[in-house]
Amino acid sequence: MATPPLTQPQLEAILDQALDVELSFRNTEGPAQRLARLPRTEQELVLELVRRLASTHVELGYQIAEQAPQALAAMDERGLTSWALHAADVYDRVGLRPALLAIREVERFLREGAERAAGVVLEEEGRVLLPFLNGLEGRRLQIEQGEEPWTDTEVLYLPAVVAHLPSREENFLIYKVMVTQLWAQVRYGTFRAALPTALAASPTPERLLGLFQACEETRLGARLARELPGLQRDLTHLRQRLAVAPPSAAWQTFTAPLQQADASAEDSLLLACSAALHLVPPAPAVWCGRLQFDAARDRMAARVEREKALFRLHLANLLEEMRQKGALLEHEPRFTTRQRDDTPESLELILDEIAVPLPAGVRRLASSILLDLSAIPPDYLVPAGPGEYDPKLYREEQPDLDNLWEGTYHEIGAHLYDEWDYQRRHYRKRWCAVRERTLNPVHNDFVALTLARHGPLIRQLRRTFEGLRGEDKVLKRQAEGEEIDFDALVESLADHHDGRELSDRLYAHRQRLERNIAVAFLVDMSGSTRGWINDAEREALLLLCEALESLGDRYAVYGFSGQTRKRCEIYPVKRFDEPYDAAVQGRISAIAPQDYTRMGFAIRHMIQLLRQQEVRTRLLVTLSDGKPDDYSDYRGEYGIEDTRQALIEAKRAGIHPFCITLDREGSEYLSHMYGAVNWVLVDEVRKLPLKVADIYRRLTT
Amino acid sequence: MSAHVSRPEEFFITTEPYYQPVADEVALFEAAYHNQLPLLLKGPTGCGKTRFMEYMAWRLQRPLITVSCHDDLTASDLVGRYLISGGETVWVDGPLARAVRAGAICYLDEVVEARKDTTVVIHPLADDRRILPLEKRGEQLAAGPEFCLTISYNPGYQSVLKSLKPSTRQRFVALEFDYPEPELEARIIVHESGLTAELARQLVKFAGMTRNLKGNGLEEGASTRLLVHGAKLMAAGIPAVGACRAAIAQSLTDDPEMLAAIDELSSSLF
Repeated sequence: MATPPLTQPQLEAILDQALDVELSFRNTEGPAQRLARLPRTEQELVLELVRRLASTHVELGYQIAEQAPQALAAMDERGLTSWALHAADVYDRVGLRPALLAIREVERFLREGAERAAGVVLEEEGRVLLPFLNGLEGRRLQIEQGEEPWTDTEVLYLPAVVAHLPSREENFLIYKVMVTQLWAQVRYGTFRAALPTALAASPTPERLLGLFQACEETRLGARLARELPGLQRDLTHLRQRLAVAPPSAAWQTFTAPLQQADASAEDSLLLACSAALHLVPPAPAVWCGRLQFDAARDRMAARVEREKALFRLHLANLLEEMRQKGALLEHEPRFTTRQRDDTPESLELILDEIAVPLPAGVRRLASSILLDLSAIPPDYLVPAGPGEYDPKLYREEQPDLDNLWEGTYHEIGAHLYDEWDYQRRHYRKRWCAVRERTLNPVHNDFVALTLARHGPLIRQLRRTFEGLRGEDKVLKRQAEGEEIDFDALVESLADHHDGRELSDRLYAHRQRLERNIAVAFLVDMSGSTRGWINDAEREALLLLCEALESLGDRYAVYGFSGQTRKRCEIYPVKRFDEPYDAAVQGRISAIAPQDYTRMGFAIRHMIQLLRQQEVRTRLLVTLSDGKPDDYSDYRGEYGIEDTRQALIEAKRAGIHPFCITLDREGSEYLSHMYGAVNWVLVDEVRKLPLKVADIYRRLTT
Repeated sequence: MSAHVSRPEEFFITTEPYYQPVADEVALFEAAYHNQLPLLLKGPTGCGKTRFMEYMAWRLQRPLITVSCHDDLTASDLVGRYLISGGETVWVDGPLARAVRAGAICYLDEVVEARKDTTVVIHPLADDRRILPLEKRGEQLAAGPEFCLTISYNPGYQSVLKSLKPSTRQRFVALEFDYPEPELEARIIVHESGLTAELARQLVKFAGMTRNLKGNGLEEGASTRLLVHGAKLMAAGIPAVGACRAAIAQSLTDDPEMLAAIDELSSSLF
């Protein structure tokens, strides 16, 4: 028997508690009344979401309680959860007001379809839509969330949720059609038309825009039907399901020329300008947003200039390369192009009548240029002269990250990492702004003193580590091998003479034992390490590097610290591809206590770096003196849970995390974060330098 | 029914393998062969390198001995070793020694995968000495004019740790392979699978889409070989989207979202 639903007073009590009404003064009577009408499972789901969102902001929780019963009429439980978490993400990104708007957007779905729809959410479907989009030819486009579908020729903006039809599959199809339509606008040159001029000259610009858009829809529709016939089937299906009326006979006759294979956006524009006054264009379908010509034009203008410069620069580089290879070039080499059809693949670059192979990067650039201009103009084919173009002007700016930190906060040049909110049970998207900052080497007597003081220990460590080095081992008595194992042979011949069976394990096989390891050491540089902990850390690192040099493992050392999510700092001490030299030693000397221990971002950053290493075993060793902790929001359970989540991500990425701690009180939270066996306590700080290398040796053998 | 057994050095290809030349590779190979120069075939997987070798072996009427190199392949695996037989040691030639003796074409596929010491044993064979030292026997085999050494290598996905050493690669005449032009590729598919030209063209277009995804979620795009597999399934009556998924998408990735995206691509086309 199904559990009976909760009654209104029961619900009110739960909501009061979840929403902290004593302090927030919210009236939960209304939401409770509406929730009381739902079946128990749906009630539980809503209450759960209310709790999760209220942990972020009480108002979000309250609004969910208010809207969820209505929303459940429009979407299934899965859609509801995605919708609620999406609102929380909006809150993280842009604040409370937009988040509340996102919650209320549900009313829009209700207007659009009374049927109970299984809505799909961009955030989820984007993971499929983006590779789908990338698979279509042309410029590499991005997907972002917007109010309605439109594109600025580099980014496709799609609505956050689509719930026009009852099934998930059909709603996904609507997304897919949106993506293809917008892609087609970019691919087949909608924005090449001189629309702004025509609009300026037109007495009725609004009507002209509408006509042009409808003409383009017809033209691109015909084009897509030829290029992607499978999609056409989907479109027909969607039109039927959404009861879209076919265009009027008058419209069909009017736009017949646009069905031609070579019809261009300019043809659409000409046709739109010539339309008779009484001609009514068909209403745009749900997947057609509004053309935002100005935004697209701005993007295009900036890109055209940049790409022209880059293309000419590439040509100059190409010539330079050919000269270096000793190719005989005429005094003033002349580039031309040849194109079989309008696909970028058929573009050929000709240098003095000989086709030159285009490097992949140049081909991508050329195809992007073709999308904007439909051909490579002659002035693009003049190689850049010496000093004519400063490529830095046209590349993405690379500001000095250290200077960026001065002054106010912004996200330029930062890696943005998610952070786990254990109460919401979901990630906060792109939450931590992480930057690699330079650690200026300090050349004082620290290195010399440490090396002198620990001289015998270092020699001993080196010897031990040398013994670990990967060497070939001969396995005897194998069934197969490159050499004969004569001991085994003599023995088994003797056995054979005694009447026993002749063994077949008579060979020696040389087994290669390669230490295929990359290890990243992550050093806590928080303020609490001030004093002798910091000294011990530095000494330990120096000894470790000395020992690792004799072992030949790939290793990197990074320090981390930070204050709030907006200032997460990673200090490279030694990168994987960097040799251990005086500069690295200087940076080890320079490790100094900074601010707080926000740990999750540092682990996530290390995951990225370790993933790039092509080795069999990846190891992440954290050196810390205490709990994860940060100013205000990273205290206690939140920090521990986020760190734990980051470590789970590491394990999923095939990385073995390990922690060396100085915190005597740490056993409980460390076991929770790393697992019972993946951490070790060094209880005497002065022993740290000796221990670290030893622990590493044990870990990797 | 029983399988046909033959010694590799006696295995001549008697019927002409189907091969569509892309550029001047046949002439280049022949010129190198007649001048006793070793060859290096570069190119992505499944673009026709092995088929090209079969074709050349047929054309030149030499046996073809192919060794697929793996990371545990040792020099003895190529050259030969002593085995015990009835209490006696017997020398057994490896495939490379057999090829030298028989004047065959020896094709070492994906040579960078093999252990580093392996590439060194081919060095004396790959320059003008053309000899194979059999160290354990204290002998050396001198190759006749018919012998030809060819290695292949895919510069695309190997890691930096696994690139060919300059001392190795500088001994070889290099032929670069890539996926054929769309029309040619469609023709190959039609020939290999019996699929209609129209569908073959669509399939090539589909391949182009997956190749667009290279480096953006996929390590490699669909190769000509995979297309032929897909086409064979389609010709056998499997619906296009299902055939593309089974023969192509599933071979390219295990990532469910990427699979879904590739499915969407194929269902847009067919």
